[in-house]
Amino acid sequence: MQITSERFKETARVKLADPNLQAALNKLQTNFVKGRAERVAELDNFDAIRDAATEIRDRALANLDVYLTEFERNATAQGTVVHWAETVDDVNRIVCELAAKYGVRKATKSKSMVTEECALNDALEAAGVEVVETDLGEYILQLAKEPPSHIVAPVVHKTRHEVSDLFEAKHGRPRTTVIAELTREAREILRPHFLSADMGITGANFVIAETGSTLIVTNEGNGRMVTSLPRVHVAITGIEKVVPTLEDVTTLVRLLPRHGTAQTITNYVSVTTGPKRPGDTEGAEHFHVILVDAGRSKLLGADMQAMLRCIRCGACMNHCPVYQSVGGHAYGWVYPGPMGSVLTPTYIGAEKALDLPHASTFCNQCGVVCPVKIPLPDLLRKLREKQFEHGLRPWKERAGLALWAWAARRPKLYAVLAKTGAAVLARLGGRDKRIRDLPGARGWTKERDFPAPEGKTFRTQYAERKRSGVDRK
Amino acid sequence: MKVGLFVTCLVDLVRPRIGFAALKLLEGEGCEVVVPQSQTCCGQPAYNSGDRASARALARKVVAEFEACEYVVAPSGSCAGMIRTHYPDLFRDDPDELARVERVCAKTYELTDFLVNVLRVEQVPGRFGGTVTYHDSCAGLRELGVKAQPRALLGKAGVTISEMTQPEQCCGFGGTFAVKFGDISSHIAERKCEDIAACGVDAVVLGDLGCMMNIEGRLRRRGDTTTSVLHVAEVLAGVGEN
Repeated sequence: MQITSERFKETARVKLADPNLQAALNKLQTNFVKGRAERVAELDNFDAIRDAATEIRDRALANLDVYLTEFERNATAQGTVVHWAETVDDVNRIVCELAAKYGVRKATKSKSMVTEECALNDALEAAGVEVVETDLGEYILQLAKEPPSHIVAPVVHKTRHEVSDLFEAKHGRPRTTVIAELTREAREILRPHFLSADMGITGANFVIAETGSTLIVTNEGNGRMVTSLPRVHVAITGIEKVVPTLEDVTTLVRLLPRHGTAQTITNYVSVTTGPKRPGDTEGAEHFHVILVDAGRSKLLGADMQAMLRCIRCGACMNHCPVYQSVGGHAYGWVYPGPMGSVLTPTYIGAEKALDLPHASTFCNQCGVVCPVKIPLPDLLRKLREKQFEHGLRPWKERAGLALWAWAARRPKLYAVLAKTGAAVLARLGGRDKRIRDLPGARGWTKERDFPAPEGKTFRTQYAERKRSGVDRK
Repeated sequence: MKVGLFVTCLVDLVRPRIGFAALKLLEGEGCEVVVPQSQTCCGQPAYNSGDRASARALARKVVAEFEACEYVVAPSGSCAGMIRTHYPDLFRDDPDELARVERVCAKTYELTDFLVNVLRVEQVPGRFGGTVTYHDSCAGLRELGVKAQPRALLGKAGVTISEMTQPEQCCGFGGTFAVKFGDISSHIAERKCEDIAACGVDAVVLGDLGCMMNIEGRLRRRGDTTTSVLHVAEVLAGVGEN
């Protein structure tokens, strides 16, 4: 996909002024934020589950090679073919080779963010394979030729009326704005695709080392049809998604839906262990799992490793005041919100996403709600440190910071500067003490006043009081 | 009890009366308050901009200025949170210096936290007759657990709080974020102001000057010239605007 992360600020400005998007984003608060809080409150041992989930993810990452090898061994024993993809290009190559090998003309897909990283649909279409997204949100986006704006609710940026317009234009059926009718319409269009596809492509929320299985959580039922109807099933996921045991995965599945969609459990939790066996009534004849690195292993053993704990619930973005304001597209690549601001520069290069680590107030609402306790603000700060070390910040910012830090270490000079600054700003504030335009800080004053200082610094006033003995009781 | 008052650079520059309110509250409780005159900034702007070296230099300066005090108190959850929860990270590679820094961290408190949990104050000098809503600033809330303390103290000042629908939602300040991403910051502030406006109160009270300036600046720009934006110390000390 086209990466536009370097234009975060300008895209954000457009998104802030988009009334449809703003109306759509308001739903996050009621649907996801409130819902998550309710689902978490239902658990009397939530903190213990969260600790256990974090420990499971850490244990998997600390022994990633061991568990991945165990997964490969157990999956292979079940008849699954395991592929290792170092890059996104490797993923596309492997899938296209499989499509050629099995004579695939059509592939159905259930929702997968890793394949967004790969731009797999484009690669398959270039190879002559028709690709049909079957998750309702992803299907809508495929029609609209747009990328997802949220990792769990990919079409959260669209209102119902926008979807109605789109369906009317693309399906050529009478317009409806009733959600149940829109869903039925999509279902009717998708049904023949499910039945005629040669290959089903899914992600995997987890891969289980102990059993050699992949697991997906879904709500619409499309996942089951994609994994069981076509002859070939290809599951594609990141290497970090491995979990040691089936019991471990149940702990994680207790948290993922509560944080992602405010559900106690998703409508479907599907575990796939090997292809169809003799006597099985359903299932793919060929099951391939592609384990993708694409930058993940770079985080191992380094100060960013905690990011690999991520289970892709989306709670961090749902709770982020910045995401709530600008939506996912502004972030410019696959992953938005706080987790995206860590992953994007890490996976595609710091210089391509310079703004993202800074696009946070550090309110830490994301860190507080993360089900696997990823310290997202700390990771964003580390990325800021790396930018600073490599001189990637604009020279004005660097010079300003250096000057300020230099002065702040020199109390006498700093006192003079503060005294002067307070007096000048107080004068600028005028009688009503409101600075309406402050050159050099117009980012602040464009849509806000800058409250003017009292005029004399604390330090000055304190010294005066000391001298006059006012503060002596 | 010897208490070092960390005024904070923003209070020093913009709203000294918050510093004097804190001074009054602490002295009123019998503390011997020292105000090191060489203090400038806790270093948070450098730390959050990725400049660890400058942040460390300023952290060393704060530690040297305040380590002789029994307690360090700041009228800011953000600055107290910087010292208490982030200074150790700055010295994680130097065990000797870390030990010294951690001694200061352990005795550093946000003002209302200190008044409630260390001094266990029974009464406060201020009385406030108007209606109030309270904004929970992020660092105080999520780094230091400041939530009940200011509300308990405001209760002693006769204040009844009319809560916002989302008092814990960030106001959009975020330090340099407010200037670097002014459009987004203002947008977040606007939503906070809508929440405040819906309370129909005389004042919004909070414990961090950065957030105060952001909220006040947006309230005034949107045409609200009557809702006061007050620091909790001002209300508790009864130190009004002029």
